[in-house]
Amino acid sequence: MALLDVKNLGVTFATNDGTVTAVNGVSFSLERGETLGIVGESGSGKSQLSFAIMGLLAKNGRATGSVCFKDQEILNVAPSVINALRAVHISMVFQDPMTSLNPYMRVSDQMAEVLTHHQGMSKTDALKACVQMLDAVKIPDSKGRIRLYPHEFSGGMRQRVMIAMALLCRPDLLIADEPTTALDVTVQAQIMALLRELQAEFGMATILITHDLGVIAGFCRNVMVLYGGQVMETAPVDPLFESPSHPYTRGLINAIPRVDTQGETLVTIPGTPPNMLRAPKGCPFAPRCAYAAEDCDDHLAPLTTFAPGRLRACNRSLKDLA
Amino acid sequence: MFSFIARRLLVAVPTLLILIVISAVLMHAAPGGPFNSERKLSAEVVANLQAKYGLDQPLYVQIWTYIRDLVLHFDFGPSFKYKDRTVNDIIAQGFPVTLVYGFWSFVIATILGIGAGVIAAIRQNTPTDYLVLSVAIIGAVLPGYVIAPILVLVFTLKLGWLPGGGWEDGEWRYLVLPVIALSTGYIASIARLMRSSMLETLNSNFVRTARAKGLPEWKVITRHVMKPALLPILSYLGPVFVGMITGSVVIDMYFSTGGIGKSFVDSALNRDYSVMLGVTLLVGALTIVFNLIVDVLYAFIDPKIRY
Repeated sequence: MALLDVKNLGVTFATNDGTVTAVNGVSFSLERGETLGIVGESGSGKSQLSFAIMGLLAKNGRATGSVCFKDQEILNVAPSVINALRAVHISMVFQDPMTSLNPYMRVSDQMAEVLTHHQGMSKTDALKACVQMLDAVKIPDSKGRIRLYPHEFSGGMRQRVMIAMALLCRPDLLIADEPTTALDVTVQAQIMALLRELQAEFGMATILITHDLGVIAGFCRNVMVLYGGQVMETAPVDPLFESPSHPYTRGLINAIPRVDTQGETLVTIPGTPPNMLRAPKGCPFAPRCAYAAEDCDDHLAPLTTFAPGRLRACNRSLKDLA
Repeated sequence: MFSFIARRLLVAVPTLLILIVISAVLMHAAPGGPFNSERKLSAEVVANLQAKYGLDQPLYVQIWTYIRDLVLHFDFGPSFKYKDRTVNDIIAQGFPVTLVYGFWSFVIATILGIGAGVIAAIRQNTPTDYLVLSVAIIGAVLPGYVIAPILVLVFTLKLGWLPGGGWEDGEWRYLVLPVIALSTGYIASIARLMRSSMLETLNSNFVRTARAKGLPEWKVITRHVMKPALLPILSYLGPVFVGMITGSVVIDMYFSTGGIGKSFVDSALNRDYSVMLGVTLLVGALTIVFNLIVDVLYAFIDPKIRY
């Protein structure tokens, strides 16, 4: 039994200009302890995918399809059902640690309420557990600093607090939504190292959402590439980098700046992401794809397995791309 | 904190002095004077009156004398229009009246305004929200001088439940209509302010974090949303409170409450310089004090503010 089973998940938003499709028919499953990276550029729907799983879509958002956690449907369920899962079984670390902590509450109160609410702990016991967790995320002088307010921490330290808060109940699944995007490069590396360490120690399944393939490479076993709200390719991390099977993935990998090609212009993928107000009928990447043919605008071949653990959705065969 | 309060009170002194000077210059720049009336007085009488009240002196001497009497004797001077009353008398008589009906109006406007705003925000884009918004818009566009006669028409003339005017030392029956008339507009504006402030807070990232913790919605709102949402209201409430306890000319006229709101407008029309200055100073001093109180409250609520 998979820990998380997502089937045909769709997310749409009703806006004044019309319906925006953010996620379109995404399916994947995740085993216990597995690490999955979801890559995609801005607007590919990767954050909304994670919000949909957590039931945290904005009010005008609508999710369709199915999300099963431990064989229990958790999509569009009653608030009390999803609330019992949040933080206890599924936790989330958000992108911006500057604004994701409540600026008007002490870190101690923000952390302790997770334990007092879900596990009925006394405030004293909860605080002890929180201090231990701050030690685990390597915040120095955790006993003293837990009394501080978020603005008294640096960005990296705040993200450590967020991570500690997410892990308080030892969840089975951690969703990290671009956890390092808002941080300095050196701090990014520290936070990723910490996440790797904690993942190994606690053994929770982890979904890492990022636009940074470099971050994925060092952390995940499997990678899912998202474009225009659809899955383009899924593969274990090594084969994905060695032989990407989708033109979009190739473009992404080529676009990673390299130190050994100093002075050359940065490689980009020409064009811009599709306007999801008018979700494309065929392959969302077709307008930017060097291999696109006429049929690509009409339809997109379903995601199919072509090698062990590797799936791709592309009308062109691997031979065509060679 | 104490040095902050002391500093602010020290700054208040030059602020009030500047207020006196500017008000005096503006008053004297306006055409006419306290002794212009329909019945023309002889030049000799006017000159005598001017001399009696020191109006024949240069303006800077008048201002200096005024400040000196104020500082040394806390004396706001005599009224130029009501010969037997001093400004201290007028304020001592009128201010307690507006203080009472203004205070109750403030309490009611704050409670109802914040309550309505919170409910509208939680039920955003539902019939409840639209109802609150419509009532708030009606309340905001209806001026006091429209509400007051309607209230008198309904509750005094038609139903005969409440007196249509008078004060009787603030007995509750005399208080009801003035308080309703004064608070309606403020309820509406506080409700709309609170609603938008709540909506903004509800959309902030840390509220999403609170929801991701699995807290039920009422806990999210009471623990994470209320405090930040109230902050912008607080800075609005300081000046509103001063505005309310210093009264409203409309209320004082329609309900004959005899408050200071009417004295203010009367003094301006009569060119009763000393009453005008006295009431201006009262409003100015209260504004300074309540803005200071708001700032001190902020320091207790917002951990990022430390003095």
